[in-house]
Amino acid sequence: MLNPGGDLDIDWVLSTRINRSAVERRAKTLTGRRSVKKGWQIGWLAHAIRCIDLTTLSGDDTPGTVKRLAAKAMRPVRRDILEAHGLPQDLHCGAICVYHNLIETAVSACKDSPVNVCSVSTGFPAGQIPHELKLEQIRSSIAEGAQEIDIVISRPLVLEGRWADLHEEIRSYREACGEAACLKTILATGELGDLRQVARASRVCLGAGADFIKTSTGKESVNATLPVALVMLRAIREHHQRSGYLAGFKPAGGIKTAKDSISFLMLVKEELGVESMQPNRFRIGASSLLADIERQLEFHATGRYSATHRHPMG
Amino acid sequence: MSSDSSNPATALESLDWGPAPEDAKAAQAWIESSGKNPCHFIGGEWIPSESAETFETRNPANGKVLRSLARGTATDVDKAVSSARSALEGWQQLGPSGRARHLYSLARGIQKESRLFAVIETLDNGKPIRETRDIDIPLVARHFYHHAGWARVLNASHPEGKPWGVCGQIIPWNFPLLMLAWKIAPALACGNTVVLKPAEWTSLSALFFAELCEKSGIPAGVVNIVTGAGETGSALVQHDDVDKIAFTGSTEVGRLIRESTAGSGKGLTLELGGKSPYVVFEDADLDSAVEGLVDAIWFNQGQVCCAGSRLLVQESIATEFHAKIEHRMKRLRVGNPLDKAIDIGAMVDGEHLSRVKAMCQTAIDEGLTCIQTDSDLPADGYWFPPTFFPEAPLSSEIATEEIFGPVLVSTTFRTPAEAVKIANHTRYGLAASVWSQDLDTALDIARKIKAGTVWVNGTNMFDASSGFGGMKESGFGREGGREGLRAYLRPSSSKTDTSTRPTRSQDLKAVEDLSLDRTAKLTIGGKQVRPDGGSSYAVQAPDGKTVGLASLANRKDVRNAVEACNKSSWSNMNGHGRAQVLWFIAENMEPGRDEFVRVLSEMTGKSEQEATSEFESAVETWTWWASWADKHDGLVHDTPWRGLVLAVHEPFGNAAVICPDEHPLLAFVSLCAPLLAAGNNVVAIPSEKSLAAVEMCRIIEHSDLPAGALNLLTGKSSELGPVLASHDDVDLIWSFVDPELTRSIEESASGNMKVCWTPDSPTDNSPEMLDRAVQVKNIWLPHGI
Repeated sequence: MLNPGGDLDIDWVLSTRINRSAVERRAKTLTGRRSVKKGWQIGWLAHAIRCIDLTTLSGDDTPGTVKRLAAKAMRPVRRDILEAHGLPQDLHCGAICVYHNLIETAVSACKDSPVNVCSVSTGFPAGQIPHELKLEQIRSSIAEGAQEIDIVISRPLVLEGRWADLHEEIRSYREACGEAACLKTILATGELGDLRQVARASRVCLGAGADFIKTSTGKESVNATLPVALVMLRAIREHHQRSGYLAGFKPAGGIKTAKDSISFLMLVKEELGVESMQPNRFRIGASSLLADIERQLEFHATGRYSATHRHPMG
Repeated sequence: MSSDSSNPATALESLDWGPAPEDAKAAQAWIESSGKNPCHFIGGEWIPSESAETFETRNPANGKVLRSLARGTATDVDKAVSSARSALEGWQQLGPSGRARHLYSLARGIQKESRLFAVIETLDNGKPIRETRDIDIPLVARHFYHHAGWARVLNASHPEGKPWGVCGQIIPWNFPLLMLAWKIAPALACGNTVVLKPAEWTSLSALFFAELCEKSGIPAGVVNIVTGAGETGSALVQHDDVDKIAFTGSTEVGRLIRESTAGSGKGLTLELGGKSPYVVFEDADLDSAVEGLVDAIWFNQGQVCCAGSRLLVQESIATEFHAKIEHRMKRLRVGNPLDKAIDIGAMVDGEHLSRVKAMCQTAIDEGLTCIQTDSDLPADGYWFPPTFFPEAPLSSEIATEEIFGPVLVSTTFRTPAEAVKIANHTRYGLAASVWSQDLDTALDIARKIKAGTVWVNGTNMFDASSGFGGMKESGFGREGGREGLRAYLRPSSSKTDTSTRPTRSQDLKAVEDLSLDRTAKLTIGGKQVRPDGGSSYAVQAPDGKTVGLASLANRKDVRNAVEACNKSSWSNMNGHGRAQVLWFIAENMEPGRDEFVRVLSEMTGKSEQEATSEFESAVETWTWWASWADKHDGLVHDTPWRGLVLAVHEPFGNAAVICPDEHPLLAFVSLCAPLLAAGNNVVAIPSEKSLAAVEMCRIIEHSDLPAGALNLLTGKSSELGPVLASHDDVDLIWSFVDPELTRSIEESASGNMKVCWTPDSPTDNSPEMLDRAVQVKNIWLPHGI
């Protein structure tokens, strides 16, 4: 079920109070309060792979690189490593994430696989194009077969405090996606100024019908951080309590190590519970993370520290 | 609970935490080998108890015996004290630089053995390894580093400072090594030597620390550790050759220590219990405030003297906030403290656990709603789940008594003023938390709550640079920072021999000659009043001639004077306002010069010149303290946090003063003026030769001093002193009386833990007097956008 969204509750949006020092303290101590070891760590790392939106968003992407990416997403870990851990052979990433021009290639490459195709949209990454073109882009991405649409919000609406306009913007994206695609809204938190704005923007997006809220495009100077994630997760929790709809969360940008991915999973488990750790509610937007997880999984299987070149390229 | 099977495929589906145990082998090996021959650490040697008696220490997480400890006897304590005494000279001769190196070496040593320290502490105390590893031990190392620095710069920072000598230190079981660091580091930095008694349930980290002292080459006798229970501590407290006692623990034991050191001249600092308010306003970051509660009351199983155990939440958000707490409680994990992913470990001991259980049971029996998580508690060991009483009436025991367990009680408030009223309606004053995103609200409430530490939008933050300690019955003295050093430096010119101090006689001459028609009245609440008992006494000149009559105050007059203090508006005035009033008093004395001089020379038999000199000094004393009234600034501490820690000077409240006989005018002014300058209200018992003080009060009446700020009771110090000392609304007492009365006053002062002090000279106007007239409140203000 997708988030139907509703009317703007401006009181709720404006009532946000965020204490940055306390949020940072929680985020900083979390990784000392929780730990997953041995078999559990292996299980969690395999799960992190299930949650990856394997991403390529470069000017030099070609159908060739996208096909390679799709193949890697469908079979992310060497067969022998999975066997050694007793992990299912059908382990796969959540989705591959590409620019609009490569949707067709991606859809055809992922055909008959459980890997979704996700496309960034609405003038990604800056979003500085006319609103009509944004809507047109969403519609045509869906027409080409994208199952998930990652839109960027118009940051000026946040910076100018135009919450009603932001709400309308997301409503229109919701409508454009309809039931056909999962709507992920990228807040570009690194450009919003402070954590309170992150919380307000999260509330507007959730109230307007975002299925996921996502931290970053990966192109801002500051990307996914634990404090930002904490603020967004708490917004998801409140929205769930108010509306009954449990939205998803996607940290993206800068998550490069197995340890990082576990930290985000731990935070989600602590704040929202196991339900919100599932791939339909949690994704990690990343390109190089998978390679580090593969090396860790091999290390756990052999006891030897692994090298990147031992694992198949995407 | 997760199963122990380590199957990745199962974990992939369940996404359980799974066990994450810390390796305890090295710690267990040390415990076993060190326990073979249980010893104290005295004079650099390992010495068994003189009685050969031992007792057992247990792992609270499974109830099993860890090892035996030597039971310290009075003889053991005596040996340790004489070792500390012998080591004193050499330690002091090392000088700042030499002592600094030793403290630095201890800091480094603690860091090098940090993991072993953490595991030993967790095994012995039951607190989660996450806390010992990430909080206790790093703070211990930081404390030694910071005080290595103080040792190095002491001559510059405290040029007048002299160490006390031998310090007896008794520490609790809730932060065994951290409390050791808070005691030992500043003591050594200031040039003292120490005898420390760890708590009987948790002595192991102190013994491991003693090994570190040995390895680091701390000179023999500088640090002595004697293990044992209450009677060992008692022997240390009562030892004649101990110069200063520092104690952290329960208010109950603190009171016994105050009583048994009364009149001994020993320095004393006490860090005692609390029932700290945790105030949440409607404009707070509620999720962060809930997370703060986890650190406030579910930290160290709630066995924290400054635990935020009393939640005060604004009515407009109470339902929502309580729901958030309940939700959060469900994710707390209780269990094996050696597991790295455990939030709540074991309670320290079965005896303590029973006490906590009984207190909660009483509240449940009274019909209070009790919310507990249905944690799957281990079968062995001492466990108590996170517990929450959402609607605890202010009158219930559970809401007023210190529980020292993971038990939160909540009440609501309607307005900021009501929040302050409820927060301060307690015998304790150790710490408080205030949560609000509004700067005005947060700062205003932080200033108004009576507590030694107030955390704004945070809780349980500690640092070596910032003083920690209580107000009211939470004790006195500070540990950490510049203000903490004061506890380990003898007052500037203090003499050990108290008999040379000026004191006063206790007997007054009854009125025989009724022909004198003018009797000096008492000053209470800004008015001249007749004494309750309707009696007077004769003020005599040295030749026995009666020069006037003075009112004889009794206990009811004391009561009335303290009531008048409570109604005074003096402490609400700012420093500039107080300065103006005190200047005005000095100015108003001039026209009365002749009368003062006449009264002084008549009463004391001194020459007119001498009397004039005393008068002039008294005027100068008013202007001196008037000048200081707006200049005794606080500090901003340099803590390793993003934020400000403001060390604010606050008046104690109501102070009592008992003046010596010498310099009847000057001593009265010299003792009252600094207390007034700092914003305290005063009840003063002047010299028996009180007519000059009475005259002084007549002048003060016309000098804009608010009613009740200064009250004068003439009469017998032997009668009025103990009444003041045992009055629970008097917070401070400065007295010049004979040793027996000093003892009695200090003993009675234990009732509400009022601070007792006898300045070395009542008339030297030393700036230290102002330090003694205030208590330091540290307000932590983290910030960030």
